[in-house]
Amino acid sequence: MRVGLSWLREHVDLPADLSAEALEAALVGLGIEVDSIVDLRATVNGPLVVGRVLTVEELTGFKKPIRFCTVDVGDANGTGAPQEIVCGASNFAPGDLVVVILPGGVLPGGFEIGARKTYGHMSAGMITSARELGLGEDHAGIIVLPPDTAERPGQDARPVVGLDDVVVEVEITPDRGYAMSVRGIARELGLALGVPFHDPALAGAPGATEEPAYPVDVRDPVGCDRFAARAVRGVDPTAVTPAFIVRRLTQAGIRTISLPVDITNYLMLEFGQPMHAFDLDRLRGPLVVRRAAPGEKLTTLDGVARTLDAEDMVICDDTGPISLAAVMGGETSEVHPGTTDVLFEAAHWDPVMVGRTARRHKLFSEAAKRWERGVDPALPLVALRRAVELMTAHGGGTVGDEILDFDAVRPRGPVEMAVDLPTRRVGVAYEPARVVGLLEAVGCTVTVNGERISAVPPTWRPDLTDPADLVEEVVRLDGYDKVPGRLPLAPAGRGLTDAQRRRRSVARALAETGHVEVLSYPFVGTPALDALGVPDDDPRRDLVKLANPLSDEEPFLRTTLLPPLLATLRRNVGRGARDLALYEVGVVFRGRGAGAPPVMGVDDRPSVSVFAAADAVVPEQPWHVAVVLAGEQESAGWWGGGRPASWADAVEAARTVLDTAGIPDERVTVRSAAVAPWHPGRCAEIAVDGVVVGWAGELHPGVVAALDLPKRTAAAELDLDALPAAPVTPAPRVSGFPPALIDVALVVGTGVPAAEVQAAIVAGAGDLLESVRLFDVYASEQLGEGRKSLAYKLTFRAPDRTLTVEEAVAARDAAVAEAANRFGATLRGA
Amino acid sequence: MTYRNDPYDPKQVAYLDPAALDAAVAEADKAFAGAADPDALTQLRHLHLGDKAPVSLARREIGALPPAAKSDAGKRVNEARRQIQDLFDARSAALAAEQEQRVLAEERVDVTLPWDRRPRGARHPLSTLMERIGDLFVGMGYEIAEGPEAELEWTNFDALNIPPDHPARGLMDTFHIAPEGSGLVLRTHTSPVQARAMLTRTPPIYVIAPGRVYRTDELDATHTPVFHQVEGLVVDRGITMAHLRGTLDHFARAMFGPDARTRFRPHYFPFTEPSAEFDIWFPQHRDGPQWVEWGGCGMVNPRVLRACGIDPEEFSGFAFGMGIERSLMFRHGISDMRDMVEGDVRFTRAFGMEL
Repeated sequence: MRVGLSWLREHVDLPADLSAEALEAALVGLGIEVDSIVDLRATVNGPLVVGRVLTVEELTGFKKPIRFCTVDVGDANGTGAPQEIVCGASNFAPGDLVVVILPGGVLPGGFEIGARKTYGHMSAGMITSARELGLGEDHAGIIVLPPDTAERPGQDARPVVGLDDVVVEVEITPDRGYAMSVRGIARELGLALGVPFHDPALAGAPGATEEPAYPVDVRDPVGCDRFAARAVRGVDPTAVTPAFIVRRLTQAGIRTISLPVDITNYLMLEFGQPMHAFDLDRLRGPLVVRRAAPGEKLTTLDGVARTLDAEDMVICDDTGPISLAAVMGGETSEVHPGTTDVLFEAAHWDPVMVGRTARRHKLFSEAAKRWERGVDPALPLVALRRAVELMTAHGGGTVGDEILDFDAVRPRGPVEMAVDLPTRRVGVAYEPARVVGLLEAVGCTVTVNGERISAVPPTWRPDLTDPADLVEEVVRLDGYDKVPGRLPLAPAGRGLTDAQRRRRSVARALAETGHVEVLSYPFVGTPALDALGVPDDDPRRDLVKLANPLSDEEPFLRTTLLPPLLATLRRNVGRGARDLALYEVGVVFRGRGAGAPPVMGVDDRPSVSVFAAADAVVPEQPWHVAVVLAGEQESAGWWGGGRPASWADAVEAARTVLDTAGIPDERVTVRSAAVAPWHPGRCAEIAVDGVVVGWAGELHPGVVAALDLPKRTAAAELDLDALPAAPVTPAPRVSGFPPALIDVALVVGTGVPAAEVQAAIVAGAGDLLESVRLFDVYASEQLGEGRKSLAYKLTFRAPDRTLTVEEAVAARDAAVAEAANRFGATLRGA
Repeated sequence: MTYRNDPYDPKQVAYLDPAALDAAVAEADKAFAGAADPDALTQLRHLHLGDKAPVSLARREIGALPPAAKSDAGKRVNEARRQIQDLFDARSAALAAEQEQRVLAEERVDVTLPWDRRPRGARHPLSTLMERIGDLFVGMGYEIAEGPEAELEWTNFDALNIPPDHPARGLMDTFHIAPEGSGLVLRTHTSPVQARAMLTRTPPIYVIAPGRVYRTDELDATHTPVFHQVEGLVVDRGITMAHLRGTLDHFARAMFGPDARTRFRPHYFPFTEPSAEFDIWFPQHRDGPQWVEWGGCGMVNPRVLRACGIDPEEFSGFAFGMGIERSLMFRHGISDMRDMVEGDVRFTRAFGMEL
């Protein structure tokens, strides 16, 4: 909300020298966010004066109408002679009062005014429009001041057009509906600065008369607990809205429409009471306030034909709904340029109903915003009194004697609170009298009963319902800055959980081994899964769908980390990167398709079983880790050539993850597999204790092509949550005796996996084998077609003695025998 | 004494002559100095210290001396031999040092050659920051609490005193999970972790919950639909707003140095009452020292405690939350949100492993 300080000053005795900083501090200190404070006095510099147009000469021969004018600017130009000005507007005549900026002046935007020759005449200055002065968007013509303007030619025009004001724009939190008004902000400033506030609502107003201003039947007093109206007849339909109202509406960002409508908007800003102006002549029969019938139709003022919901409230006459209550009026009953008889309506609507209606129809009008946040139900009559006063003052007409006031507002009960609750919750020792004083300052009626107090909140504070709300009022008014800092002593904690520590270790290990972490959006579309070649019956197709995705192309949540991660890879490639190793540790979403969770209240906790039932509906969200690699894993340099990233690096990354997660090597098995999106001959299925936890390898060339990835891009993805807990490692016995080192080269069929040969060696060699390491793999003509040689370095060692050559050779022979037994391996050179 | 019984003959004791001994020492000194390397020196050793060396021959002559002269002669010979040995050792050490110097000089390399064979990896700075914050609070005895990103509407809203028609629900642009009425959303804040922490733990509860959250904002320089928050929750007996303030002050100092200060401004959150936004005084801001909006906080609304099964008469609590992106942006002078989102390795690598 944007409001000028001059308007606020009408209701609160602000210090004359209130600085922008002090104003901001006062508002912020009470919880009203300040978006901007603009001192309009500083927006136009130099001589800006009132002028009277003396002569007007129409210049011809130009593409648009141009006038050469002489303007009386008093002695503001130093000579007292008429000022000669060329002007492109034509909405004025000799004798009119206008606003002139003289040479040397500067308009908003740094536009300097000088004397220059234009259209064949010297033009010394400019007759200004509202837009040129930064006062609004109106550029239809220059500003013509009312004839009764007090200022004479040559006098400063700033006060006349409102450029002597300071405009403050504030943001109001959803609990403080009352502060969306001049009345509310002025009240807060009064509290903040300790200066008197004059509540315009206390001005009083006549009450309901026997005969209503218009017959009305409120059929739903829950949706509408107050409905008041007054009529003004015989107003001048040509009456224009006074300048001060136009100015203030413009400042607030509200368009001016017509005098009656402008008055309702003006009072909405001043009081916070949204109102409506009906054309009395266009109403047919008595008004009925009721819920809409489902499917009922209404064309609102914005020209949209709306289908109503049974929850919406409507105001009807004999023709049916004429207004979508509290949100927007209808076309058929609205005041229009010929209106002479006006019915002003001020009601009080159920905030929940208005909120729902506004959301349903996507109509977040200024009125709806206020209703939803809570409007003071005590305002209708006083707002109506001001409305009819303004109407007759500026548009003539006669105020009807009849006043309608249907009032079903239920009085508020008190909020009970222990008087020391603020002290106990805030940690500042508030004296009981201070607590009472502060609550009274915000408008509560407080009674003290020993240790407890009972506070009836004021009508404008529907947000004050709980003791905690009163606590906030106490600390807010006393000052948040007075709350001291004390560190609470937490009980001894247990540190990170195993899963948390594991995720961190894995993330860190991958970064330390050259991978760069990515945090990608989890949104995916099915084309991404198609591109990966994920089959229809794959669990990665059990997608969770968003009802309102940002993009219709990506309405699902990822079931694998790869699509977003590969997209990030591609983005980096597009930006010129070649050698990339990226990883992500994040959750994937697996749909459960289990229906809706049970209904749970908020008055007490849901039972364990009910909450468990609710939780069972929540998609599974296991943590995954994925790695993608492209380009060179090791760069070429002065040391020699580079090494392209390959399937093996992806497998290595997966092993790094398992290793970091504390999974011992002997529990990990790696097998060849054919799983999308990997190359069927270059995909390693990785299992722990026989349970598959993920895959690693080179991507399928088709996938690489479909996703436009660098050739031979490799990837790995593991389900971190599927990994078993790291065991408590039994300490190895470290023998001090010397090892016996023996190399063996085994010849096996090409298709025999090295990992299985190694497993056979380990099984055959027995306990003396300390370690085994494959150091060479090759095939040759000599070995023969379909054969390969695997060369292993075996280290034997005994815990209690130096091994003899015979012992070591015997163990080696046993290892070879087991490999021979399982795979027909032969010792090369034997 | 091999030669004890030899008769004395001055001709036989020529090597014992003091002048001869001095000459032997001088000869050795000259010869050693002329050796160019340790090998050459070793070659010279037997000439001057070996069996046939003048000092060795002189020792043999002692036997020919009368007993009264033996002691004096022995001392002379020993002295001369010691001198030669010292000369040898000194030369040997000098030559070894020289040779080492030469080898070291030959082995010199250009240590400024880059060793960037394997490109550097990096953590994402958002992850690093979340872990730092987590560690700080774990050090204070808190535990890290977690919850799902696809979350129940009940924990994301209802339990936090945001009933279905509350304006605050409209303010959080929520991703809903299909179908309509699924009762599921992508969590709009980390606050549902509060509810889960209270439902699964018993007071005293001291938890910190970093995590990923979602709002339906299009990505631009200042918005992202996916971002990160960290939430703190304490529920204990006698917890006050002063404890909240003390905790945030401590947090601010740990993150931004001993001069960091916080400022509380009244605000509104449905799940806390009283509520505040808090700013931090940030002297290192790239636009000059200023207050920077850091997060929201307040005393846990008793309605929230009740919905989560905690008696608000017995326990009170505080909660706070802040945006990780925002913290990173002002701490490191990041001006465009997209840099943290797009995964450009040039951005992430700049942060390395630590912040």
